Amino acid sequence: MNIPRYVPVAALSALLAAGLIAPLATGETAPGFWVEVLIGGLMTGVLYSLVALGFVLIFKASGVFNFAQGAMVLFAALAVARLAERMPVWAAVIGAVVIMIALAFAVERLVLRPLVNQDAVALLMATLGITFFLNGFGQSIWGSDIYEINLGIPREPMMVLGNVFEGGVLVNRDDIAAAITAVLLVGALAVFFRRTATGRALRAVADDHQAAQSIGIPLDRIWVIVWSVAGVVAIVGGVIWGGKLGVQFSISQVALKALPVVILGGFESVPGAIVGGLIIGVGEKMAEVFLAPPLIKAFDLAGGGIENWFAYVLALLFLLVRPEGLFGERRIDRV
Amino acid sequence: MASLPVQALPASKRLDEPPPAHTRIGPVILSVANISLDFGGVRAISDVSFDVREHEVLAIIGPNGAGKSSMLNVINGVYHAQQGRIRFKDREFAAMQPHRAAAMGIARTFQNLALFKGMSVLDNIMTGRNMKMRTGILAQALRVGPAEREEMRHREVVEHIIDFLEIQAYRKTPVGRLAYGLQKRVDLGRALALEPEVLLLDEPMAGMNVEEKQDMCRFILDVNEQYGTTIVLIEHDMGVVMDISDRIVVLDYGRKIGDGTPGEVRGNRAVIDAYLGATH
Repeated sequence: MNIPRYVPVAALSALLAAGLIAPLATGETAPGFWVEVLIGGLMTGVLYSLVALGFVLIFKASGVFNFAQGAMVLFAALAVARLAERMPVWAAVIGAVVIMIALAFAVERLVLRPLVNQDAVALLMATLGITFFLNGFGQSIWGSDIYEINLGIPREPMMVLGNVFEGGVLVNRDDIAAAITAVLLVGALAVFFRRTATGRALRAVADDHQAAQSIGIPLDRIWVIVWSVAGVVAIVGGVIWGGKLGVQFSISQVALKALPVVILGGFESVPGAIVGGLIIGVGEKMAEVFLAPPLIKAFDLAGGGIENWFAYVLALLFLLVRPEGLFGERRIDRV
Repeated sequence: MASLPVQALPASKRLDEPPPAHTRIGPVILSVANISLDFGGVRAISDVSFDVREHEVLAIIGPNGAGKSSMLNVINGVYHAQQGRIRFKDREFAAMQPHRAAAMGIARTFQNLALFKGMSVLDNIMTGRNMKMRTGILAQALRVGPAEREEMRHREVVEHIIDFLEIQAYRKTPVGRLAYGLQKRVDLGRALALEPEVLLLDEPMAGMNVEEKQDMCRFILDVNEQYGTTIVLIEHDMGVVMDISDRIVVLDYGRKIGDGTPGEVRGNRAVIDAYLGATH
């Protein structure tokens, strides 16, 4: 079977677009509400993107699939929340940055370095270990209640586009702040990767470890840098998530939603992580709100729950037709 | 032929005609002593010693599995020998580290291409300058004055290397799209960007046609003559080896069985046996 690469992507995009527009076109949904659902989906998508970004950074630079990214988000959020009880939020964030960099050093020294050149499975198991350690250790030192992160952004939503849609669209101010932060973060990372010698070294390591070493790039330092960057990304994700819903154990589970995101976007692609996160965020929210009711009616189902499995079904489809993801590299192995 | 503007070369090296071997070749710059390397019980190298002299072209030859690539990997620190010492510029190591080797002036190319496939030719060679960049990350990201000037300076060196290797037309092409022979040149260019004193070449001409081989030979000899770079290369093509080497080390089953000028090695009984099969 030889389907051109763009066919499944085009078909999927068309299907998604149709699903998105359908409720609007049939006139069953008020445009304002539709936009609100879209924005809600994009917001969840931003969070998925941030977690997926952490995955991608580490995978690119070290070939390690870092299962612990979700636990790092929780750990970072806990650190910010608990430190913020004793100091201003900005100082707590700086404190969390220091903690995540220390964590990166510890991971490199105690886990990665001893396991260098081991099987990918051994490293995956090691990151699973880090996941459980961080979850438990985080609770040991920070506690296991639900904590708040108060960023000082007013809670009441803003009414926008009142003159376009009847009744306008309600938007949370913290959502807007989160989106802006995410864009700035991604922009900063892009500049870092493209323009700095360290960024070039990171890209070199991602492409070929041995060649990178041969031109004088020390792998251990690169690993510390990339885990630190992933730690900082985890802080941003954790603060956004925690600021919205409170810091609690369930944050750690976001990592499981980031898996389909990286499958969709491609394991080695930063743009893929972002686009994949947004597609899955919007897709599952739209499916839950607009696809579930007719399905329930038609098949006399008990309830929705589409939001929970939508991402994985999408990822499964991708694994079948385009295993390298939207932006991933197609690997051709020469024997 | 363009020349690197980076360091003032001694007058003797700027002559168009290469000086004869006995004046060109200097004292020992790199020596390996009693190197033995095992891979879980399989002995790849046993008790091999040899010297590399400044400015010479040294070839390591031997049948497949003789331990040639392993030897290069020990010198540049990818493998750590169980026994033996490496001495480079009056410093002695039991085990080299790849990034330290690079920092000290040992660059290498790879038998199977190991280029950064996602990057352009220019960026690939530019990575060879990474170690020499001094301005801070923030300055580089914002492209402020000193960082901008530093980038320009390194860029100039890289452009000279590109001219030297005659790959101007492909500067912005992602290396993955280049023909094999050109990729080999980029690999060499990236190593040259380190301005190494010793250049390790692992089968630089493998898989090339005659014309590509001639080009590569010319580049290697030019590097050696113009910049005085010491060359250690592994090569299977005996014609090439005999032509361009000052000295040849022969390995067989991990042991050194010959060491001398092309003429000496050609007449060495053990070497002939190893290549043609001894009759007992």
